[in-house]
Order: sequence, then structure tokens, then C-alpha cells
Amino acid sequence: MSSNTKQLYTVSIYTENNIGLLNRISAIFQRRHINIESLNTSPSEIEGVSKFTVVVDVTEVDIQKIIGQIEKQVEVIKAYYHNLEDIIYQISGLFKIKSELLFEERQIQNIIKESNARIVTVNKDFFVLEKSGKKEEIMELYNKLSVFGIMQYTRSGLIAVTKEEMRISTLLQNYNH
Amino acid sequence: METKTIANSNTIQKATERISGSEAIVRCLIEEGVKIIYGYPGGAIMPVYDELYKYQDKIHHVLTRHEQGATHAAQGFARISGDVGVAIATSGPGATNLITGIADAQIDSTPMVCITGQVPSHLLGSDAFQETDIVGISTPVTKWNCQVTNAADIPGAIAKAFFIAKSGRPGPVLVDITKDAQFEEFDFVYDRCEKIRSYNPIPKTEAGTLEQAAQLINNAKKPFIVWGQGVILSEAEEVFKALVEKAGIPAAWTILGASAIPTSHHLNVGMLGMHGNYAPNKLTNECDVLIAIGMRFDDRVTGDLSKYAKQAKVIHFEIDPAEINKNVKADVAVLGDAKSTLKAILPLINPNSHVEWHQQFKDLYEIEYHKVIKNDIHPTKEGLTMGEVIHEINLQSKGEAAIVTDVGQHQMIACRYADFNITKSNITSGGLGTMGFGLPAAIGAKMAAPEREVVSISGDGGYQMTIQELGTIFQQKAAVKVVVLNNEFLGMVRQWQQLFFDKRYASTEMINPDFIKIAEGYYLKARKVVKRADLKDAVKEMMESKAPYFLEVCVEKEGNVFPMVPSGASIADIRLE
Repeated sequence: MSSNTKQLYTVSIYTENNIGLLNRISAIFQRRHINIESLNTSPSEIEGVSKFTVVVDVTEVDIQKIIGQIEKQVEVIKAYYHNLEDIIYQISGLFKIKSELLFEERQIQNIIKESNARIVTVNKDFFVLEKSGKKEEIMELYNKLSVFGIMQYTRSGLIAVTKEEMRISTLLQNYNH
Repeated sequence: METKTIANSNTIQKATERISGSEAIVRCLIEEGVKIIYGYPGGAIMPVYDELYKYQDKIHHVLTRHEQGATHAAQGFARISGDVGVAIATSGPGATNLITGIADAQIDSTPMVCITGQVPSHLLGSDAFQETDIVGISTPVTKWNCQVTNAADIPGAIAKAFFIAKSGRPGPVLVDITKDAQFEEFDFVYDRCEKIRSYNPIPKTEAGTLEQAAQLINNAKKPFIVWGQGVILSEAEEVFKALVEKAGIPAAWTILGASAIPTSHHLNVGMLGMHGNYAPNKLTNECDVLIAIGMRFDDRVTGDLSKYAKQAKVIHFEIDPAEINKNVKADVAVLGDAKSTLKAILPLINPNSHVEWHQQFKDLYEIEYHKVIKNDIHPTKEGLTMGEVIHEINLQSKGEAAIVTDVGQHQMIACRYADFNITKSNITSGGLGTMGFGLPAAIGAKMAAPEREVVSISGDGGYQMTIQELGTIFQQKAAVKVVVLNNEFLGMVRQWQQLFFDKRYASTEMINPDFIKIAEGYYLKARKVVKRADLKDAVKEMMESKAPYFLEVCVEKEGNVFPMVPSGASIADIRLE
């Protein structure tokens, strides 16, 4: 793919755990009028180090410049970008649906089985389905269920690990010595 | 402040002392070697002012007439000295008034520490009186910022602030300190910050890049150096000059790079960019190797990027990795501090002189001289020109004055025609283009370098944006020489209106007050020049004055700055008229 075509990139940002850093990082995208497709923050594999996972639809030229701007922030340890082929990723979707449908619409049970979705909870008013996978899989389930009516739906940000080694630990060891 | 950043590895127990947070702030500044700070008091910062009162023999606080003035004064201080400038303000409007100066320092890489008071921590987020989210507001324009709500975190935050402001590519930082943290007592101990795990101020020079760069330079037929403020910030002037001379390469500057080598140096071929010199703009598009040193290819320098130096191999010496390939693709990127990378490359460079290539610059200079320069500095028309005023100041200061400019036509003229024989002598707002910068910046510069002649040059527009700082000049007895080049217009905008908006002079005409009376109202010696015959004597009187002095020169009303690269055009299309 040419470096001037837009595609989805995940940006993995290892940071010191600091108030205000989210603001600093999101400002870098905002300034360039880039829409953040999804954003997740979590602890990383290293104690005391946080990880932001940001998904954006940009060109490779742009993502390289953005990585430079992100790494320039004092409390950012390291930032990496990957396209979707280079990572193993998951997105999670939650669907809240009326319980009566589970019994009245036999097809729903088939949809749940076929989609490998998991029933998180059931009570007399509603049940909650959880589906993890790629965005397309969650969208497919959404489309199938929406025919029957969905009370609430939400999708998480993308989280990912890379196929290649992420050299962050070695990097940190060097910093600490 | 919930940073887990720097584990205080310094485990040697230092003696502590129980003091208040506000006293700690002042003591931290003293520990950092700060002797002058600029600011304005107010409710949320009063405990600190109370300590400044007690420590006035150690730290001189300069009361500016507006917080914006405090930041520009701190910038002027930093730009002439290379040290960190310090500005201090209260919460709310005091803090927001700092923003323009902070943004200016960010884009011009000026080391500055701003300290703001904040409402007590239990009121944070409650829309309390004079509460504003200054950390949120200043985030996009600071190199780093933080809020402190516990006294014990103050020394660590301030130590970090100074380290970050000064190291690597310098920039402004802001530390916001709640009033309760200022009152709280704690065991004070100060350790200077020397390292932050996540922060790498000087990137490693990649293996082989020096050799590749040297090879390109040595094989070049038409090499051309464009340098910026990086040379000055890393104090690389001497080795830079040695490199230019050894390689025999014509070199041109961005306005923030001006003065790194003297204007009169035979290989200094002038100013780049929109109102720069004819030769360096034209020949950027003819060189075979373009060597950029400590500059960031600002759009005012490059014009249309798609037509910028496309024929050349580009070598980029740069401390900030984010600048590499940001605007212009580098064939070789030499990362690192300019002083050390230039030192390292110097032995690899073959002595050379590019006589014919250099001659091309001289030939184009001749064209520019006859079409533009001659008429600017030795005019025969009736009206006074800005250029002849700068020329007269050159003659009488022997090119040794620090020139502090505001923004607009006078700025371009001053940058074009001022003689800079000493480094750190061109103090101007480059990246942000902040009108009102000049006068307060000149105060800071004069106080940082009292031995130097500091001449503030403003237009009648920008001067009135921070004119109240005349009060600071008077109160501090700062012997700044204040020149206003009055054309009764917002001249640069008017020039654009003339050239690109069919002479529709929308809101650019200024009906001005009596500047002499205003200066005299501030007890400044003042003089007005309207005739060429009086210029020399007036400049002489100004330069000889030991006290602050105000000189108004009424220049022609509709003078234009040429050459000019029209906005969005290629630098090769630079216009001489």
C-alpha cells in the first residue's frame, strides 16, 4: 500500500502514568483534524507504565509524523505504530436485549450460537450478550440483532498485542541504568 | 501531582528544613540560580509574593504592567542570556494572560518557567473565584506542565521544570501550585533534576550519518547552508563558523538564526524566507546539496514546499527527531546537539572554496542592491524609510547592539538591514509573530545583559499592544532605547491589502496618540524625528543616553517591504518589486 493512502493504524503509546497526558496526546490528533476511531488506556506489561492504544485512519506519512510528535512529549516513553496485519487485536461489543425475545424468537438463539457470542447475564427483563472479535464480526452481529430490536449497544476500543516483539522492556532497562 | 516519573534515586540523606510551600518555591528558584523574575501579584499567588518580599536581596522581582509583558520579558531575558527566563502570575486571568508568551516561547524554543498560583485544592473544579484550568489551557503550548497540590511535591516539580525548559530543544513549562500547597509546611530539600526516564533531550547521532553527510558535502558542487536558532541555542557559533569557512560554503539564516555569525562575514549571504534576500531564496532552488542546521523549514522560509529545493540532496542537522521529514524530506538526518555534531563532522570536511557558486550569490545581491536595498537605506525620495533608520543605528552602534523587534514591516526591515556583530543579538518573535513582543522583551534583554546596548524597534501598531510596559522601564530604570517607526498604519497588513486585496485598507489605518507625550508621561526622555536632516543627531542622542530613551521616527506612510515571496508561491518566484 502506498504511503499516501489512508489506512487504519494502531498507535501503542507507553507512558508515565500522569494526569493530563491523555489531554496532551489527544491534542496532537485534534490539531491535525484527525478523528480518533478508538482509544483505550490501560496498565502495560511493565509496572508503573501505562499504555494508550489509539486507532486512526491516516496515511503512513502522517502516522510517522504523529509518532514523532507523540514521542516528543516528555512523559511518553515510546510510541509504535502498526497496521492491522501486524497485530493481534480484539474489540468487544455489548448488546442489551429484551429477555422475551430470547424465548419468542428462536432465531436469536441460533444467532448467538453461530456468532460465538456469550450471554453475560439474564434476568426477566433483559439479557446481555458479549461478543469479542474484529469490528466486522461485531457489526455483523449488530446487524442481525437489530432486526429484533436492541435496547442498548456499545463497542469497546481496540486493544492489541503485536506479532513482533515490542522492545519497550529492553528500552526501559537501558533508561534505568 | 501524581507522577511516578522520577524515582528519587538520590538516596544520600540531605539535611531538611521545615518551611512553607511558598518559601520553598522561592528557595527552589534561588537553588536554580535565578536572580530576576517577572510577574504580577494576585490572590492565589500572594503567599509567594510574601516570601519574595523576604528574599528581595536574593531575587529581584520585576513588576510588569501586564502578565503578557512578564512572559515576553522572561523571553527576552532568556534569548539574550541563554538562561531560563522566569515568569510568575496569579490564577485565573493572571494565568491566562501568560498564554501568548508561552505559545511564543514554545514555537521559538525559548527556555521559560512559568509559575502560577491556583485556588486551594478543595475548590478545584468548583468554578471558584479566579479559578481557571490553566494546566488544560496551556497543555498544547507548553513543553511540559503540571499542577501541584501538596507542598512536598513543589521541589520535585520545579526541579523538573527547569531541567525540561533548558535541556534538549528548549521550551516553556508551567507549574500551577494551589494556594493550600503554598501555605502548607513540609521538610524542604532540593535536588536538581538531571534525568527523566521517559525524556531523551539529546538524541543519539545515528551511526554513519556524519560520514554520509560529510561525503555529500565534500562532493557537492553547489552546496548551500541554511541555519537557524539551533546554532545559537547549542552555542555552536564558533564551530559553525569554522565549518562554513573550511568548506567555503555560502550560508543563509532564518530570522531566529540571525547573528550566529556576523552579518559582515564574507560567506554570510543573508536572510531566508518571505522577505529575505534575493540570492539565498533564488539559489535554494539551484544548490545541489542543502545543509540545514538547527532550523525547522518553517513555511515562511520555504514557501511552496512542493517547489522547494527539489533538485537538492538535503542534510538536516537537528536535535528534535520530530522535525526530521516533517516539512522537507532529509536524505541524511544528523541527529544531536548542533555543537557536538558540527564538531564531529568538521574533521571529515575537505577544505574548499566554491568561488563560482559564491559569485552567483554576489551577482544576485547586486541586482537586489540596485532594485531594493539602495533605495531602502540611502533613499532619495522625500519620506523617511525604515531602512535608513536601521542603517543609522548600525553606524552609531557599530553593529554591536542587540536589536529587539516586534512584528511587522519594521521587523522584516530590521532583520534585513541590522548589522549583527555579536551573537544572540536578534531578539524577535519569529514563529508566532506576536505583536507586542518587542517592548517587554527588550526590558528582559536589557536586565539580563545590562552591559549591552539594547534597542527596541517597534511599529506604531505593535507598540500600542504592550505600551504600558513603559511603566516597567521607568520603575526599573532599564536603559532600553525604544524606537517606534511610525507610519500610521498596520503596515504589513496594509501592504498585503495593497498587493492582494486591491488596496482595500480595511481597519489598517491608525489614528495615533501623541507618543512623545505618552513617553514623557512615563518620565522618559523622548524625541520625534520627521525630517531626514534630524535623524543622525537624534539617533546619536539616543545612543549616548545612559537612561531609557524614546525615539519616534515618522516614516513614509505606504512603504513596502521587498523582496517578497507571495504567500503560497515558490521561493524562486521571489519578487523584487
